[in-house]
Amino acid sequence: MTDQPTPDVIISVRGLRNQFGRHVVHEDLDLDVRRGEILGVVGGSGTGKSVLLRAIVGLQKPVGGSVTVLGVDVLKADEDTRSALEARWGVMFQDGALFSSLTVRENVEVPMRAIKGLDPAIRRQIADLKISMVGLPYNAGDKYPSELSGGMRKRAGLARALALDPEIVFLDEPTAGLDPIGASGFDALIVDLCRSLGLTVFLVTHDLDTLHATCDRIAVLAERKVLVTGTMQDMLEVQQPWVHEYFHGPRARAASAAPQSDRD
Amino acid sequence: MSVPTPPTLAFNVDPQSGTCALSGELSLHTVTHAQAFFRAQSGLKAVDIAALTRLDTAGAWFLLTQSAQGDAFAVTGASETAQSLLKTVAAAMPQPEAPLAKAPFVQAKLAEFGERVFSGVSYLYDITGFFGIVLHRIFRAIRHPKEFRFTALVHHCEEVGVKAVPIVALMAFLIGVVLAFQGSTQLRQFGAEVFVVDLIAISVLRELGILLTSIIVAGRTASAFTAAIGSMKMREEIDAMRTLGLDPAMVLFVPRILALLVMLPILGLIADVAGLFGGALMAWIDLGISPQMFTTRLVSGTGVNHVYTGLVKAPFFALIIGIVGCHAGMQVESNAESLGRMTSNAVVAAIFAVIVADAIFSIFFARLGI
Repeated sequence: MTDQPTPDVIISVRGLRNQFGRHVVHEDLDLDVRRGEILGVVGGSGTGKSVLLRAIVGLQKPVGGSVTVLGVDVLKADEDTRSALEARWGVMFQDGALFSSLTVRENVEVPMRAIKGLDPAIRRQIADLKISMVGLPYNAGDKYPSELSGGMRKRAGLARALALDPEIVFLDEPTAGLDPIGASGFDALIVDLCRSLGLTVFLVTHDLDTLHATCDRIAVLAERKVLVTGTMQDMLEVQQPWVHEYFHGPRARAASAAPQSDRD
Repeated sequence: MSVPTPPTLAFNVDPQSGTCALSGELSLHTVTHAQAFFRAQSGLKAVDIAALTRLDTAGAWFLLTQSAQGDAFAVTGASETAQSLLKTVAAAMPQPEAPLAKAPFVQAKLAEFGERVFSGVSYLYDITGFFGIVLHRIFRAIRHPKEFRFTALVHHCEEVGVKAVPIVALMAFLIGVVLAFQGSTQLRQFGAEVFVVDLIAISVLRELGILLTSIIVAGRTASAFTAAIGSMKMREEIDAMRTLGLDPAMVLFVPRILALLVMLPILGLIADVAGLFGGALMAWIDLGISPQMFTTRLVSGTGVNHVYTGLVKAPFFALIIGIVGCHAGMQVESNAESLGRMTSNAVVAAIFAVIVADAIFSIFFARLGI
């Protein structure tokens, strides 16, 4: 890994350090995300996967290190630059994090309200389009988040993250808590949208099936940093005990035995 | 990086071939502008998007809907990515469904009114049933003392009673001060200052002491009950208790409601004393009625029955607050909004019910001539 980001690297994290009190979560963490790829971040509970995501999108201020997204140093950028940057990424939180007092359609419209001169009727119809793109039925737009199932809330959260046609989408545990059919449907949706919209996806997950079905590259968080990055094949050859256990455990075998045809 | 300039879109129409060449950016930022332009055009046969610097889903949606609604034009010059985007958007085009027919205004309002009346009546029905369950469990606790959680009762007595003493005492003290002050200004006009003692004693002992204590406790405790039980309900702890053979009514409601039943009369008594003390202090400062004179006048002029009349209401208020608070907790659904809503509902309902009960008691005592 060189310190000079290559042109197709769109997120570059260098020497990141996060700590809560005396508890160090990340130390000297380096990570690159390339344009157009789906990167899966895995790691045991408490290794700071979500903290890393939050640090990149600026919800958590790291103690040290640098984060560069789309050529902008996130930690040193001024407000205007940051808000311009925020329009170029979308974040989907674990349970959708939809605004509970708004309908799904209004939720998807929220980011679009910032655009000057956008006709409200068009905004509504584009929100409907996004809702339909993530595979929700038309009438879901009029419902409130509390009336939706967990899987539908995640889809609605994704629709809101996609509202401004971002270049990067951050997904926090997109398939956690979904039934296997819903989860593989969501995996297919991510691959589909990523390819057709040219998205770069940063995906935090525990789900081995998701890793198999969607990710181009995998980054493993352990020992306070990104231990290894590479394809699924690379992961299988890593000898570090935790990584070995993770990718060779009984669940991993079941996931890799599943047909790979749903990748296309 | 400076503030980016707003994206622009330019149109170049060739009237002979009916082709419109777009250049610039066709995105969320320019789609409104594009719509206005396309509305004014007619007879378009093709739209060339080869010179676009950016095409997003909003732009693709726009091209597809324009072509479907107005002139059916062909989109030419699309790059490979643009084509795949157009294909994805075309596949995802929402199919609007007709909205449900709305009932006429008067009918809708009548239906809404009916629903409110019904929900009010069913709330009364519900809470009566809930009261029955709690009564049954209290009698069961008397018959089977082993099932009763004494430690929980002591804990709730501390939470509900002991910790409420400072605020209740301060409130009653200030009420006594206010009554003495207001009473003295009015009574001085008749030279009947000394009657301020009767005024303070009767109003604090009979009504204000216990009523205001109950209102404070309703605000403090009913909300705490709803929040505690509601968050347990939200996290399925109540269901877990049921599967473990624990009765939520016995474990959660009975200790809380009994704690209120024990503590509210005591708090009422503390409020009475603090109110009289505040009144006496103010009467001494403002009217020069010495504490000895105040005591003499209090004992000779005010019967002890006023104290009983006031405190006899305490257990009823305690039951109302406890039942309303616990019942609201059980109505919480699995989302955080309902927890907040039920907590504020519980406080409003408990205070309202306490005041209604107090009014009924007033009429009742007046009829009996107590």
